[in-house]
Amino acid sequence: MSMAKGTRARAHPLWFAYILHRLSGVTLAVFLPFHFWVLALAMTDPARLDGFLAMTDAGVVKLAEFGLVFLLAVHMFGGFRLMAMEWLPWTPPQKTLAAAATAVSFLIACLFFMKAT
Amino acid sequence: MTIERGPQAAQAQHVFEVPAYDNQTVLDVVSWVQQNADPTLSYRFACRVGMCGSCAMMVNGVPRWTCRTHISKVLEGNAVTIGPLRNLPVIKDLAVDMDPFFDKWVAAEGVHHGALTRDDPIPPVDAASPARVEANAGIECINCSVCYAACDTVAGNPDYLGPAALQRAWTLLNDAKDTGRVAILDAVSNKGGCHNCHSMGSCTTYCPNELDPMTAIAGLKRETAKSFFKRRR
Amino acid sequence: MLDLRLYMLQRISALLMGPLVLGHLAVMIYAIQGGLSAAEILGRTQGSVLWFLFYGTFVVAVSIHGAIGLRTVAHEWGGLKGHPLNVFMWTTGAGLFALGARAVWAVTFA
Repeated sequence: MSMAKGTRARAHPLWFAYILHRLSGVTLAVFLPFHFWVLALAMTDPARLDGFLAMTDAGVVKLAEFGLVFLLAVHMFGGFRLMAMEWLPWTPPQKTLAAAATAVSFLIACLFFMKAT
Repeated sequence: MTIERGPQAAQAQHVFEVPAYDNQTVLDVVSWVQQNADPTLSYRFACRVGMCGSCAMMVNGVPRWTCRTHISKVLEGNAVTIGPLRNLPVIKDLAVDMDPFFDKWVAAEGVHHGALTRDDPIPPVDAASPARVEANAGIECINCSVCYAACDTVAGNPDYLGPAALQRAWTLLNDAKDTGRVAILDAVSNKGGCHNCHSMGSCTTYCPNELDPMTAIAGLKRETAKSFFKRRR
Repeated sequence: MLDLRLYMLQRISALLMGPLVLGHLAVMIYAIQGGLSAAEILGRTQGSVLWFLFYGTFVVAVSIHGAIGLRTVAHEWGGLKGHPLNVFMWTTGAGLFALGARAVWAVTFA
């Protein structure tokens, strides 16, 4: 991949925002079919669904859930930042917005984690 | 210095030992190699004072004007790696084929669309109008291709017109003298158009003239989105 | 490989999902308190037209948004283009919608 050759020294904040947005999107897209399948067990095999739900008490699962919520928040706020930059007629300090978007995502994920434990 | 030569070279990478001098630029080092170590090395430069953009190359994986890059700033220990600009076909060693870059410039309608003749009065251009200010922000582009080499979207999408071409289209869209608005909006709305930009901002970060193609492309997205809704009504 | 239409669909589905995601996050934070169980979830969603509409809209929007998003990745990182790229996008969209619709049905009116 010619892209990989150029990724060295490409470590500037907006590029990280782009890569985080892309990776979070791909991860969520890969997770969704599994999520849908588990939920559909409500009609095909409710006992198995309860089995899966019981697993959510485990610490490692809570950590994974925290990760997913973080990725979802990151992806959404990152997307809003992009649309604000594209469609709103103002040009705010981009890096500050990117940082703020990540921070809000982290806070929401923390709230989730706190309520879960 | 390690020089990454093109596919035709006998070996893909060539390592040279170059003596250090005071105030040496990367271009100085490349020139030393060609003049003293390997006369077959091909590379480009012209003004050597940071005005023409001909000397653009990849320095440690980052596109730069080599005449404006002090070697001391890029040395990793005692080593540096030079390569031809990314995202363009290599002609030989460090010289790349700029044709695709300019073809996309034209494909983005980066050409003047005039409707007047010499007998018509010159249309006034208000230098303080917001549109003119927008246009002025992008007209200093000298087509050096650093932004094009920096862009990961260009790397992954061969149809993508690229930051320089799209920035030029934006300046013309805002130019009171240019009558090609519909042509420009159409040209930047196709599959290689402005909507492929992911706003990673490498173009703006690495532009040696401190231009901002990313914001120009955002402007194009805004204008095409507006025209999208107008046409549907 | 996005043209204006795909770009607009992507942006519009994103805007639509904004409030849906916030609602989903709120529901999740509420629901996980005291542990999760099928009975608790279904007690809330079963027979509810409101939840059907909420999550139904969500599934439609995410199928469009995810398919277009993955299309871009498949092209830029996977090198897919032309016909295979379109097939990939439509398959992804249809797949997400089918699984999602089934899940929504399972927790509401099944």
